[in-house]
Amino acid sequence: MTQHEDEVRRRQKGRAIVMAALLGGFVVLVYAITIAKMGLAQ
Amino acid sequence: MTTAAINAPATALPADWRDFLALTKPRVMTLVVFTGLAGLLVAPQPIHPVLGFTAILCIALGAGAAAALNMWWESDIDARMKRTRSRPIPAGRMERESALHFGVGLAFFSVILMGVATNWFAAAILAVSILFYVLVYTVWLKRRTPQNIVIGGAAGAFPPLIGWAAVTGDVATLPMLLFALIFLWTPPHFWALSLFVRSDYATAGVPMLPVVAGNRATRVQIMLYALPMAAAAVAPWPLGLAGPLYGLAASALGLAFLALSLAVLMNRATEPAGMRPEKRLFVFSILYLFALFGALVADQWLLA
Repeated sequence: MTQHEDEVRRRQKGRAIVMAALLGGFVVLVYAITIAKMGLAQ
Repeated sequence: MTTAAINAPATALPADWRDFLALTKPRVMTLVVFTGLAGLLVAPQPIHPVLGFTAILCIALGAGAAAALNMWWESDIDARMKRTRSRPIPAGRMERESALHFGVGLAFFSVILMGVATNWFAAAILAVSILFYVLVYTVWLKRRTPQNIVIGGAAGAFPPLIGWAAVTGDVATLPMLLFALIFLWTPPHFWALSLFVRSDYATAGVPMLPVVAGNRATRVQIMLYALPMAAAAVAPWPLGLAGPLYGLAASALGLAFLALSLAVLMNRATEPAGMRPEKRLFVFSILYLFALFGALVADQWLLA
Protein backbone atom coordinates (compact mmCIF):
# COMPACT_ATOMS: atom_id res chain seq x y z
CA MET A 1 0.00 0.00 0.00
CA THR A 2 2.52 2.65 -1.09
CA GLN A 3 -0.25 5.09 -1.96
CA HIS A 4 -1.42 4.92 1.62
CA GLU A 5 2.10 5.36 2.93
CA ASP A 6 2.68 8.34 0.66
CA GLU A 7 -0.41 9.98 2.10
CA VAL A 8 0.78 9.27 5.67
CA ARG A 9 4.19 10.81 4.87
CA ARG A 10 2.54 13.82 3.22
CA ARG A 11 0.40 14.52 6.28
CA GLN A 12 3.27 13.97 8.70
CA LYS A 13 5.35 16.41 6.68
CA GLY A 14 2.54 18.98 6.68
CA ARG A 15 2.13 18.68 10.44
CA ALA A 16 5.89 18.88 11.01
CA ILE A 17 6.15 22.07 8.94
CA VAL A 18 3.24 23.74 10.75
CA MET A 19 4.63 22.67 14.12
CA ALA A 20 8.06 24.06 13.23
CA ALA A 21 6.52 27.37 12.17
CA LEU A 22 4.50 27.58 15.39
CA LEU A 23 7.53 26.78 17.54
CA GLY A 24 9.56 29.41 15.69
CA GLY A 25 6.79 31.91 16.28
CA PHE A 26 6.68 30.97 19.97
CA VAL A 27 10.41 31.52 20.36
CA VAL A 28 10.09 34.98 18.81
CA LEU A 29 7.08 35.75 21.04
CA VAL A 30 8.86 34.72 24.26
CA TYR A 31 11.84 36.84 23.23
CA ALA A 32 9.58 39.84 22.58
CA ILE A 33 7.75 39.32 25.92
CA THR A 34 11.09 39.22 27.73
CA ILE A 35 12.25 42.45 26.13
CA ALA A 36 8.89 44.10 26.88
CA LYS A 37 8.98 42.98 30.52
CA MET A 38 12.55 44.21 30.97
CA GLY A 39 11.47 47.57 29.53
CA LEU A 40 8.60 47.74 32.03
CA ALA A 41 10.83 46.86 34.97
CA GLN A 42 13.09 49.86 34.42
CA MET B 1 -24.09 3.73 8.62
CA THR B 2 -22.33 3.72 11.97
CA THR B 3 -19.52 6.01 13.04
CA ALA B 4 -17.26 3.01 13.46
CA ALA B 5 -17.75 2.13 9.80
CA ILE B 6 -16.82 5.67 8.79
CA ASN B 7 -13.89 5.81 11.20
CA ALA B 8 -12.24 2.51 10.35
CA PRO B 9 -10.44 3.36 7.09
CA ALA B 10 -9.82 7.05 7.64
CA THR B 11 -8.31 7.04 11.15
CA ALA B 12 -5.41 4.87 9.98
CA LEU B 13 -4.10 8.16 8.61
CA PRO B 14 -2.72 10.86 10.90
CA ALA B 15 -5.11 13.84 10.94
CA ASP B 16 -4.27 16.72 8.65
CA TRP B 17 -3.12 19.88 10.47
CA ARG B 18 -6.08 21.75 8.96
CA ASP B 19 -8.38 19.50 10.93
CA PHE B 20 -6.74 20.62 14.17
CA LEU B 21 -7.31 24.20 13.07
CA ALA B 22 -10.96 23.36 12.38
CA LEU B 23 -11.28 22.03 15.96
CA THR B 24 -10.71 25.55 17.27
CA LYS B 25 -13.78 26.95 15.44
CA PRO B 26 -11.85 29.89 13.92
CA ARG B 27 -15.01 31.77 12.96
CA VAL B 28 -16.39 31.83 16.50
CA MET B 29 -12.92 32.91 17.58
CA THR B 30 -13.15 36.20 15.66
CA LEU B 31 -15.95 37.45 17.90
CA VAL B 32 -14.08 36.28 21.02
CA VAL B 33 -10.91 38.05 19.87
CA PHE B 34 -12.83 41.20 19.06
CA THR B 35 -14.65 41.46 22.41
CA GLY B 36 -11.47 40.53 24.29
CA LEU B 37 -9.57 43.22 22.41
CA ALA B 38 -12.31 45.74 23.23
CA GLY B 39 -12.01 44.91 26.95
CA LEU B 40 -8.27 45.36 26.71
CA LEU B 41 -8.47 48.66 24.83
CA VAL B 42 -11.05 50.34 27.09
CA ALA B 43 -9.08 49.52 30.27
CA PRO B 44 -8.00 52.75 31.99
CA GLN B 45 -4.27 52.26 31.47
CA PRO B 46 -2.05 51.34 28.52
CA ILE B 47 -0.49 47.93 28.02
CA HIS B 48 2.74 47.17 26.17
CA PRO B 49 1.71 46.19 22.60
CA VAL B 50 3.58 42.88 22.78
CA LEU B 51 1.89 41.96 26.07
CA GLY B 52 -1.48 43.12 24.73
CA PHE B 53 -1.00 40.96 21.65
CA THR B 54 -0.03 38.00 23.82
CA ALA B 55 -3.12 38.48 26.02
CA ILE B 56 -5.41 38.44 22.97
CA LEU B 57 -3.53 35.44 21.57
CA CYS B 58 -4.10 33.60 24.86
CA ILE B 59 -7.81 34.45 24.83
CA ALA B 60 -8.03 33.12 21.26
CA LEU B 61 -6.08 29.95 22.11
CA GLY B 62 -8.21 29.41 25.21
CA ALA B 63 -11.36 29.73 23.12
CA GLY B 64 -9.84 27.32 20.60
CA ALA B 65 -9.06 24.84 23.36
CA ALA B 66 -12.62 25.05 24.69
CA ALA B 67 -13.99 24.54 21.16
CA ALA B 68 -11.77 21.49 20.61
CA LEU B 69 -12.87 19.94 23.92
CA ASN B 70 -16.47 20.72 23.01
CA MET B 71 -16.03 18.81 19.73
CA TRP B 72 -14.34 15.96 21.60
CA TRP B 73 -17.31 15.60 23.94
CA GLU B 74 -20.05 16.21 21.36
CA SER B 75 -18.87 14.14 18.41
CA ASP B 76 -21.96 11.93 18.75
CA ILE B 77 -24.31 14.94 18.55
CA ASP B 78 -22.28 16.50 15.74
CA ALA B 79 -22.57 13.31 13.68
CA ARG B 80 -26.35 13.62 13.73
CA MET B 81 -26.65 17.25 12.63
CA LYS B 82 -26.27 18.48 9.05
CA ARG B 83 -24.49 21.66 10.16
CA THR B 84 -21.81 19.79 12.14
CA ARG B 85 -21.58 16.45 10.35
CA SER B 86 -18.46 17.44 8.41
CA ARG B 87 -16.44 18.37 11.53
CA PRO B 88 -13.15 16.43 11.83
CA ILE B 89 -14.27 13.79 14.35
CA PRO B 90 -17.77 12.89 13.04
CA ALA B 91 -16.40 12.92 9.47
CA GLY B 92 -13.81 10.33 10.53
CA ARG B 93 -10.78 12.47 9.73
CA MET B 94 -9.53 12.47 13.33
CA GLU B 95 -9.73 10.26 16.39
CA ARG B 96 -11.53 11.56 19.45
CA GLU B 97 -8.42 11.11 21.58
CA SER B 98 -6.44 13.49 19.36
CA ALA B 99 -9.01 16.24 19.92
CA LEU B 100 -8.89 15.64 23.69
CA HIS B 101 -5.11 15.82 23.85
CA PHE B 102 -5.01 18.85 21.57
CA GLY B 103 -7.68 20.66 23.61
CA VAL B 104 -6.14 19.97 27.01
CA GLY B 105 -2.66 20.89 25.78
CA LEU B 106 -3.87 24.12 24.23
CA ALA B 107 -5.83 25.03 27.37
CA PHE B 108 -2.80 24.64 29.65
CA PHE B 109 -0.59 26.48 27.16
CA SER B 110 -2.94 29.46 26.87
CA VAL B 111 -3.46 29.83 30.64
CA ILE B 112 0.24 29.52 31.52
CA LEU B 113 1.31 31.92 28.77
CA MET B 114 -1.33 34.41 29.94
CA GLY B 115 -0.06 34.20 33.51
CA VAL B 116 3.58 34.61 32.50
CA ALA B 117 2.99 37.44 30.03
CA THR B 118 0.35 39.51 31.90
CA ASN B 119 -0.85 38.45 35.35
CA TRP B 120 -2.22 35.37 37.10
CA PHE B 121 -5.60 36.97 37.81
CA ALA B 122 -6.29 37.22 34.06
CA ALA B 123 -4.95 33.68 33.66
CA ALA B 124 -7.31 32.48 36.40
CA ILE B 125 -10.37 34.02 34.69
CA LEU B 126 -9.24 32.45 31.40
CA ALA B 127 -8.98 29.05 33.11
CA VAL B 128 -12.41 29.49 34.70
CA SER B 129 -13.96 30.45 31.35
CA ILE B 130 -12.51 27.35 29.61
CA LEU B 131 -13.60 25.03 32.44
CA PHE B 132 -17.01 26.68 32.56
CA TYR B 133 -17.56 26.21 28.81
CA VAL B 134 -16.36 22.62 28.77
CA LEU B 135 -17.61 21.23 32.09
CA VAL B 136 -20.66 23.32 33.04
CA TYR B 137 -22.01 24.02 29.55
CA THR B 138 -20.87 21.19 27.26
CA VAL B 139 -20.73 18.24 29.63
CA TRP B 140 -23.30 19.10 32.27
CA LEU B 141 -26.08 21.34 30.96
CA LYS B 142 -26.28 21.33 27.17
CA ARG B 143 -28.11 18.02 26.92
CA ARG B 144 -30.12 18.51 30.10
CA THR B 145 -31.85 21.87 29.97
CA PRO B 146 -33.38 24.17 27.34
CA GLN B 147 -31.66 27.00 29.22
CA ASN B 148 -28.33 25.54 28.00
CA ILE B 149 -27.70 28.55 25.78
CA VAL B 150 -28.09 30.95 28.70
CA ILE B 151 -25.32 29.13 30.56
CA GLY B 152 -23.19 28.85 27.43
CA GLY B 153 -23.58 32.59 26.99
CA ALA B 154 -21.84 33.16 30.31
CA ALA B 155 -18.78 31.32 28.97
CA GLY B 156 -18.76 33.47 25.84
CA ALA B 157 -19.06 36.63 27.94
CA PHE B 158 -15.68 36.26 29.62
CA PRO B 159 -13.33 37.71 26.93
CA PRO B 160 -13.84 41.45 27.69
CA LEU B 161 -13.36 40.66 31.38
CA ILE B 162 -10.12 38.79 30.62
CA GLY B 163 -8.89 41.53 28.28
CA TRP B 164 -9.50 44.15 30.97
CA ALA B 165 -7.92 42.02 33.70
CA ALA B 166 -4.83 41.43 31.54
CA VAL B 167 -4.20 45.18 31.66
CA THR B 168 -5.31 46.15 35.17
CA GLY B 169 -5.01 42.92 37.17
CA ASP B 170 -8.58 43.36 38.44
CA VAL B 171 -12.17 43.83 37.23
CA ALA B 172 -14.42 46.89 37.42
CA THR B 173 -18.00 47.97 36.65
CA LEU B 174 -17.46 48.53 32.91
CA PRO B 175 -16.11 45.05 32.08
CA MET B 176 -18.83 43.56 34.30
CA LEU B 177 -21.43 45.42 32.22
CA LEU B 178 -19.80 44.11 29.04
CA PHE B 179 -20.01 40.62 30.54
CA ALA B 180 -23.72 41.16 31.28
CA LEU B 181 -24.26 42.47 27.76
CA ILE B 182 -22.81 39.40 26.01
CA PHE B 183 -24.46 37.10 28.56
CA LEU B 184 -27.89 38.58 27.74
CA TRP B 185 -27.10 38.83 24.01
CA THR B 186 -26.31 35.15 23.52
CA PRO B 187 -29.82 33.68 24.10
CA PRO B 188 -31.64 35.89 21.54
CA HIS B 189 -28.72 35.44 19.12
CA PHE B 190 -28.70 31.68 19.37
CA TRP B 191 -32.43 31.10 19.75
CA ALA B 192 -33.02 33.05 16.54
CA LEU B 193 -30.69 30.55 14.85
CA SER B 194 -32.24 27.56 16.58
CA LEU B 195 -35.69 28.59 15.34
CA PHE B 196 -34.72 28.17 11.69
CA VAL B 197 -32.47 25.12 12.17
CA ARG B 198 -34.85 23.58 14.68
CA SER B 199 -35.31 20.23 12.94
CA ASP B 200 -31.57 19.62 13.11
CA TYR B 201 -31.38 20.00 16.91
CA ALA B 202 -34.45 17.78 17.25
CA THR B 203 -32.68 15.00 15.32
CA ALA B 204 -29.66 15.18 17.59
CA GLY B 205 -31.79 15.22 20.76
CA VAL B 206 -30.42 18.52 22.06
CA PRO B 207 -33.12 20.18 24.21
CA MET B 208 -33.01 23.47 22.34
CA LEU B 209 -35.77 25.80 23.49
CA PRO B 210 -37.87 25.62 20.25
CA VAL B 211 -37.72 21.82 20.44
CA VAL B 212 -38.83 21.68 24.07
CA ALA B 213 -41.09 24.70 24.53
CA GLY B 214 -42.14 25.53 20.97
CA ASN B 215 -41.70 28.50 18.61
CA ARG B 216 -44.06 30.81 20.46
CA ALA B 217 -42.29 30.49 23.82
CA THR B 218 -38.90 30.90 22.12
CA ARG B 219 -39.98 34.14 20.43
CA VAL B 220 -41.27 35.50 23.75
CA GLN B 221 -37.98 34.53 25.42
CA ILE B 222 -35.98 36.31 22.70
CA MET B 223 -37.89 39.51 23.46
CA LEU B 224 -37.50 39.02 27.22
CA TYR B 225 -33.72 38.81 26.87
CA ALA B 226 -33.45 41.58 24.27
CA LEU B 227 -34.92 44.17 26.66
CA PRO B 228 -32.38 43.84 29.53
CA MET B 229 -29.63 43.30 26.93
CA ALA B 230 -30.35 46.67 25.30
CA ALA B 231 -30.51 48.27 28.77
CA ALA B 232 -27.16 46.75 29.81
CA ALA B 233 -25.64 47.98 26.54
CA VAL B 234 -26.72 51.59 27.17
CA ALA B 235 -25.93 51.55 30.92
CA PRO B 236 -22.24 52.62 30.68
CA TRP B 237 -23.39 55.99 29.31
CA PRO B 238 -25.64 57.19 32.21
CA LEU B 239 -23.16 55.66 34.66
CA GLY B 240 -20.46 57.92 33.24
CA LEU B 241 -18.28 55.01 32.11
CA ALA B 242 -18.65 55.90 28.42
CA GLY B 243 -19.35 59.07 26.48
CA PRO B 244 -22.23 60.22 24.26
CA LEU B 245 -20.74 58.67 21.11
CA TYR B 246 -21.09 55.22 22.66
CA GLY B 247 -24.38 56.12 24.36
CA LEU B 248 -26.04 57.19 21.13
CA ALA B 249 -24.64 54.24 19.16
CA ALA B 250 -25.79 51.81 21.87
CA SER B 251 -29.25 53.41 21.93
CA ALA B 252 -29.69 53.28 18.14
CA LEU B 253 -28.33 49.73 17.86
CA GLY B 254 -30.45 48.64 20.82
CA LEU B 255 -33.63 50.06 19.27
CA ALA B 256 -32.85 48.26 16.01
CA PHE B 257 -32.27 45.02 17.94
CA LEU B 258 -35.58 45.45 19.79
CA ALA B 259 -37.42 46.25 16.53
CA LEU B 260 -36.07 43.07 14.91
CA SER B 261 -36.94 41.08 18.05
CA LEU B 262 -40.46 42.49 17.88
CA ALA B 263 -40.72 41.33 14.25
CA VAL B 264 -39.68 37.86 15.47
CA LEU B 265 -42.27 38.04 18.25
CA MET B 266 -45.02 38.87 15.72
CA ASN B 267 -43.97 36.11 13.32
CA ARG B 268 -46.19 33.04 13.35
CA ALA B 269 -44.27 30.95 10.81
CA THR B 270 -43.55 27.36 11.77
CA GLU B 271 -41.40 26.40 8.75
CA PRO B 272 -37.87 27.77 8.11
CA ALA B 273 -39.07 29.20 4.77
CA GLY B 274 -41.24 31.74 6.62
CA MET B 275 -38.56 32.72 9.13
CA ARG B 276 -37.08 35.78 7.48
CA PRO B 277 -37.38 37.86 10.69
CA GLU B 278 -35.44 35.22 12.62
CA LYS B 279 -32.70 35.09 10.00
CA ARG B 280 -32.54 38.90 9.97
CA LEU B 281 -32.25 39.06 13.76
CA PHE B 282 -29.52 36.41 13.76
CA VAL B 283 -27.42 38.23 11.15
CA PHE B 284 -28.01 41.61 12.79
CA SER B 285 -27.11 40.30 16.24
CA ILE B 286 -23.55 39.58 15.08
CA LEU B 287 -23.25 43.01 13.49
CA TYR B 288 -24.73 44.50 16.68
CA LEU B 289 -22.00 43.15 18.92
CA PHE B 290 -19.19 44.19 16.58
CA ALA B 291 -20.65 47.70 16.14
CA LEU B 292 -21.27 48.14 19.88
CA PHE B 293 -17.74 47.19 20.93
CA GLY B 294 -16.30 49.19 18.05
CA ALA B 295 -18.28 52.24 19.24
CA LEU B 296 -17.09 51.74 22.82
CA VAL B 297 -13.44 51.66 21.80
CA ALA B 298 -13.87 54.64 19.45
CA ASP B 299 -15.64 56.55 22.24
CA GLN B 300 -12.94 55.91 24.84
CA TRP B 301 -10.11 56.73 22.48
CA LEU B 302 -11.68 59.91 21.11
CA LEU B 303 -12.48 61.16 24.61
CA ALA B 304 -8.99 60.45 25.90
